[in-house]
Amino acid sequence: MGPAQKSAAAALPRAFRGPGDRVFKYAIVGLSSAVVALALVMAVVIYIEARPTFKAFGYLSFLTETTWDPVKSIHGALPFIIGTFVTSFAALALAAIPAIAVAIFTSEYAPKWLAAVINYTVDLLAAIPSVVVGLWAIFNFAPLMRDAVYMPIYLWAEASAPWLATMLGAPSTFNMTTGTIVLALMIVPYTVALSRDAIGQVPRDQREAMWALGATKWEVIRQAVIPYARTGIAAGVLLSLARALGETMALAMLIGNSNRLPFTLFGPAATMPSLIINEFREAVEPLHYSSIMAVGFYLFIITIGINLVTSFVQRKLYMGRGMV
Amino acid sequence: MDTINVKDKDAGATLAAGDELRMETVGLSVRYGTGNYGIRDVSMAVADKRVTALIGPSGCGKSTFLRSLNRMHDLAPDITVTGQAFLDGEDLYAPDMDAVLVRRRVGMVFQKPTPFPTKSIYENVCAGLRLVGVNKKATLDEAVERSLRGAALWDEVKDRLKTPGGSLSGGQQQRLCIARALAVEPEVLLMDEPTSSLDPNATIRIEQLIHELKEQVTIVIVTHNMHQAARVSDYTAFFYVGELVELSATKEMFLKPREKKTEEYLTGFFS
Ligand SMILES: Nc1ncnc2c1ncn2[C@@H]1O[C@H](COP(=O)(O)OP(=O)(O)O)[C@@H](O)[C@H]1O
Ligand SMILES: [Mg+2]
Repeated sequence: MGPAQKSAAAALPRAFRGPGDRVFKYAIVGLSSAVVALALVMAVVIYIEARPTFKAFGYLSFLTETTWDPVKSIHGALPFIIGTFVTSFAALALAAIPAIAVAIFTSEYAPKWLAAVINYTVDLLAAIPSVVVGLWAIFNFAPLMRDAVYMPIYLWAEASAPWLATMLGAPSTFNMTTGTIVLALMIVPYTVALSRDAIGQVPRDQREAMWALGATKWEVIRQAVIPYARTGIAAGVLLSLARALGETMALAMLIGNSNRLPFTLFGPAATMPSLIINEFREAVEPLHYSSIMAVGFYLFIITIGINLVTSFVQRKLYMGRGMV
Repeated sequence: MDTINVKDKDAGATLAAGDELRMETVGLSVRYGTGNYGIRDVSMAVADKRVTALIGPSGCGKSTFLRSLNRMHDLAPDITVTGQAFLDGEDLYAPDMDAVLVRRRVGMVFQKPTPFPTKSIYENVCAGLRLVGVNKKATLDEAVERSLRGAALWDEVKDRLKTPGGSLSGGQQQRLCIARALAVEPEVLLMDEPTSSLDPNATIRIEQLIHELKEQVTIVIVTHNMHQAARVSDYTAFFYVGELVELSATKEMFLKPREKKTEEYLTGFFS
């Protein structure tokens, strides 16, 4: 309990202190410890369940092994790690610039009513369950993209640039590119909202100081707003990345679920979450089961790592500015 | 020294002999989006290379008036400015006048120091020059030194020009902001209570600085402290509920105010 709370309590009349205060304190401490304990227990249980895999393949070799074949009892996580990172970073690359642009437009340029409409729509987008997004993509977006985009590109590449055609791979309906685009759509609302918050934190006097030097509107944004909001935007992008890494349903529905490397752009692939969701029901072999747990364990570690980096960036942001 | 009658809308006609008119407002009013007037029908003169202090109780429109002199009110779409404000005879509110150019000629220092926290001391000073496309290192080096010297900050920071502007003390930050404003060589420098967030020593530094600066630049300073007005200014304007009550040479106003309201204010009758 902080000193502020203590002194506030000390200022209360005697009758309000004592048992009520203590009960409240224990309740708060108890509940918060329970949450922390739950996370820890979860990590430990997943680790214990995954141990046979680590014993069989080694912590590192499991990460670098390229084959995942439950029938032959060979389990390597590399295809899914690559799938997860490639789709997440590519989705982030697709989403970040437009999202930041939308955030800048709504907070700096758009008239109030338009900004409100855009922000409301973006927030709404974030509220759509990913399984519904996946459903739409399965029946509309994925076939459309295959027929209207991937097919023509692939046919052209096959005819005039065979090396490119091998990289692209024969277009399947459910593939890495479609999965990535839909993933990008799903993280855009987060990046927009977080960038918007970061821009909203730029104090008015920073803008005015730049105006007063004879800056144009765009110069104020470039020279005062973006530099000030930069760290906050970066933290927002990192949080969006964490979300992309953990996104399960839409990718599981759209990526085609191929466990074999190498992946191609227009061919099926898999991510760590999509592997878990697709195979946990069939995992009868103990080693298969523990390998799925091991993938889950590493996914847990990766997302926690990203979140730690993010909170470090945010802390640096607030301390560096002398803000509280 | 003659004082002027603010009601006759020709405030500049009676500046002290030898002083030239630099800025002038005629019937200037500022209305906020909430419907209330920040200032109403203000006709006021600013003498060239002199310090003009704006005094008056809190909320009387000093900041509102000051910000109308470099068109800072343009930034809020719901504020209406009517009347005229002249700089060297040009109406700053004329339809073909570019507000960005106005702000390049009329610089501003705010109540709270506002260094750009992500920029170094050097880049803080350069910010305005870079806006107008000055990027040559030699020119910038020269301007940085000149401005920091002008703001009496050079000796304290010359060995750490690359450190962030936010790392300075409050008083140094305010002088950095003054240097930043000076770097673009403004014709007029507006200061809105520039010492109100500073300790007494830093305040004295800034006041000395104002004395030195008026050799090169015309200064309009808002202060909530009439002793400061008496110390630093040549002319003082007393505002009360959005109106200019009296503009006089500072000595005269403090010795023998012309308006009864001014006298009441100066003698602490109200504040
Ligand atoms: N943004 C604003 N919106 C509405 N009214 C304002 C705003 N800023 C100032 N005012 C009003 O205008 C009057 C003058 O304010 P201001 O110029 O800030 O006074 P001063 O600087 O002398 O303390 C006050 O009554 C104040 O309440
Ligand atoms: Mg004020």
